[in-house]
Amino acid sequence: MNEKRILLSGNEAVARGAYESGVKVAAAYPGTPSTEILENIRAYKGIYGEWSPNEKVALEMGMGAAFAGARALVAMKHVGVNVAADPLFTMSYTGLRGGLVLVTADDPEMHSSQNEQDSRNYAKFAKVPMLEPSDSQEAKDFTGLALELSERFDTPVMLRSTTRISHSKSIVLLKEPAEQTAEPKLVKDPLKFVMLPGNARKRHPVVEKRMEDLSRFAETFPENRIEWGENKIGIITSGISYQYAKEVKPEASYLKLGMVYPLPQELIRSFASRVEKLFVVEDLDPFIEEQVRAMGIAITGKAAFPLCGELTPALVAKGLKGFSPLPVDEISRNLPARPPIMCPGCPHRGIFSILSKMKLYVTGDIGCYTLGFLPPLSAIDTCVCMGASIGNALGLDKALGKEALGKVVAVIGDSTFLHSGITGLLDMAYNKGAVTLIILDNHTTAMTGRQDHPGTGFTLRGEEAFKVDLVKLAKALGVKHVKVVNPYQLAATERVIKREVKRPEPSVIISQAPCVLSRRERVVTGKPFFINSELCTGCRACLRLGCPAIMWVKENENEDGGKKRKGRALIDHFLCNGCTLCEQVCKFSAIKETNGQ
Amino acid sequence: MDNKITNILIVGVGGQGIIMVSEIMADVFLEAGFDVKKSEVHGMAQRGGSVSTHVRFGPKVFSPLIKEGEVDIFMAFEELEALRYLHYLGPKPTILLNRQRLNPPAVSLGNEAYPEGAAEILSRRAEKFKGIPARDLALQVGDVRAVNIVLLGALQPFLPISEKIWTENILSRFPAQAQKVNLEAFELGRSA
Repeated sequence: MNEKRILLSGNEAVARGAYESGVKVAAAYPGTPSTEILENIRAYKGIYGEWSPNEKVALEMGMGAAFAGARALVAMKHVGVNVAADPLFTMSYTGLRGGLVLVTADDPEMHSSQNEQDSRNYAKFAKVPMLEPSDSQEAKDFTGLALELSERFDTPVMLRSTTRISHSKSIVLLKEPAEQTAEPKLVKDPLKFVMLPGNARKRHPVVEKRMEDLSRFAETFPENRIEWGENKIGIITSGISYQYAKEVKPEASYLKLGMVYPLPQELIRSFASRVEKLFVVEDLDPFIEEQVRAMGIAITGKAAFPLCGELTPALVAKGLKGFSPLPVDEISRNLPARPPIMCPGCPHRGIFSILSKMKLYVTGDIGCYTLGFLPPLSAIDTCVCMGASIGNALGLDKALGKEALGKVVAVIGDSTFLHSGITGLLDMAYNKGAVTLIILDNHTTAMTGRQDHPGTGFTLRGEEAFKVDLVKLAKALGVKHVKVVNPYQLAATERVIKREVKRPEPSVIISQAPCVLSRRERVVTGKPFFINSELCTGCRACLRLGCPAIMWVKENENEDGGKKRKGRALIDHFLCNGCTLCEQVCKFSAIKETNGQ
Repeated sequence: MDNKITNILIVGVGGQGIIMVSEIMADVFLEAGFDVKKSEVHGMAQRGGSVSTHVRFGPKVFSPLIKEGEVDIFMAFEELEALRYLHYLGPKPTILLNRQRLNPPAVSLGNEAYPEGAAEILSRRAEKFKGIPARDLALQVGDVRAVNIVLLGALQPFLPISEKIWTENILSRFPAQAQKVNLEAFELGRSA
């Protein structure tokens, strides 16, 4: 026995589960809170792992691996499932040869997301089973179980995590990988894998029959288990909610569901009949609640627990006990907020300071640069989903015509552009949009922690790869006017933006400079600047850059006769990265590079 | 140990090394034979935002999140952030406060005032209170990044776990050239 107990996050545990259960191929596009799954797959040499350009491609390639009979894992955040939904729904019909697990990491509370959709609805919608772990041990074990069920029932299986599972650590018992799974090979089976209407019509009844079989299986599935306590309160729950409920109401009886779709109806009926009051504790949608109600069983769910945001132990206690123990503190409630902010020296800052100054309508996208929304830059007007900036800008252009010319610009990061911006730009070129797109090319997927993508020239494993040439790509799509700018040169960049936004044709500006946190490249010096307090007039031009290294120091107006400034700016030498932007915007030459003093 | 869970809340600003400290703690509690859970949020938090990490240990831990009003040990890496989580404090908390201020954007811009009196407010609510100039101490050992290890050292005397388990874990995390600095930082924190 070679067993070892260590602390793993839910994401690390999923990766370990893939390793222990013989996964051969794994794919993902980074997205909080799912990113670390593939980052940890990287350590297991026997698994081919890749960053795919987007979740749809990731799922399609995982599916191909499973068509060959290999076990595959595909991971994404909840909104990634929207992108991958097309192959998912039809994969439910084709089934697979090797097991496939689709891990979706939901983000209740939207810690780092644009919505809090509940992925369990996808399991029902696409007619595939879904498992939901409650801690890291289960995250590992359920990954293996999902692959077994996938092969046994010839279906993709979804594994739903949430932020609190993915990013919590708990103790996991490690095992060695199981005996090798079947060798992949090419086997033709066109009636099953070619979803022409004639074939698909034959597959749909197979899907319905499979869901019936799975419903029966769910009744005796050991991970749907009853923990008897007092019979006054019975709680049906799954995922992280199980832990919160056990924490605050350990004496209750529990039906803990490891499989949240399809539900074990007989087990639920028998559990419900033996408790006086039945609760369901679940994050986000009343997914279990509605199905239990449809069975004609009285149950308390969203009437007692919030529909919006994530559950917490206190909220679960409030719902189960019926009173409000939530402590509040007046001091805590009235503090200045501390939102995330672009780093000192971030290459996006220069672009947004120009867009802010020009008062343009900026259609934004998903990434660090969405932070350009925050004051004092306040230079993002829309942010919807990956790639939406381009379509949004084109729609504004087509609706407003000449009215929009010179007023609208789209911004998108390099990784997001390659994920789902290419088709938007194709539309813009094809349908003659008078739109300017700025690609903020920082040579990485910055927001999720700097992952590689097809534009960086490196793979998940750090091997060199073909590096997409964004200039050539934009031109190949049909954009004639493509300019590259250095975002640290404000005046030159501003001239280009001013010229391009007025152009009544599609145009692309590529702002090229590496993320200031990049481990590979560095263009800012890191040498801090300082502000000469004699020359500073307190005009606040540097503060409008929204750099965390620059702060305002109040001064007494009456002191120092003659001077009328209300205060002055000061640079924190520990934070300053020497990007020179503040030096460029200072009209009084008060900002200079430190000369060794 | 009695049959009780110890709840530790660590708060501060993204980039201060809070996640590493919580990783060390969680490993140390596991090594000492406890059940352990910890929870934090990645992603946006990396960009200088408010960060909080929950660490819980004891015979059997269910929730990775601490309930408001139940924190036993509160480690604050920054004064304003310390005040943001007052509603989490239990009835008799031990509080470690890094005497450091980092201005949030609205304060940097001069639009809002940095709150005064964090140390007084916290010491009034604490059963045991320690204010630590961790940044000065880290600079004293020669690496400003060691602020987190200084604070970890300051925590050690409040927990029933031998110093050796802590220092061994710290050694395992740093390359050879950084080990001495971090051990010194831990020691300075312990005697702070």
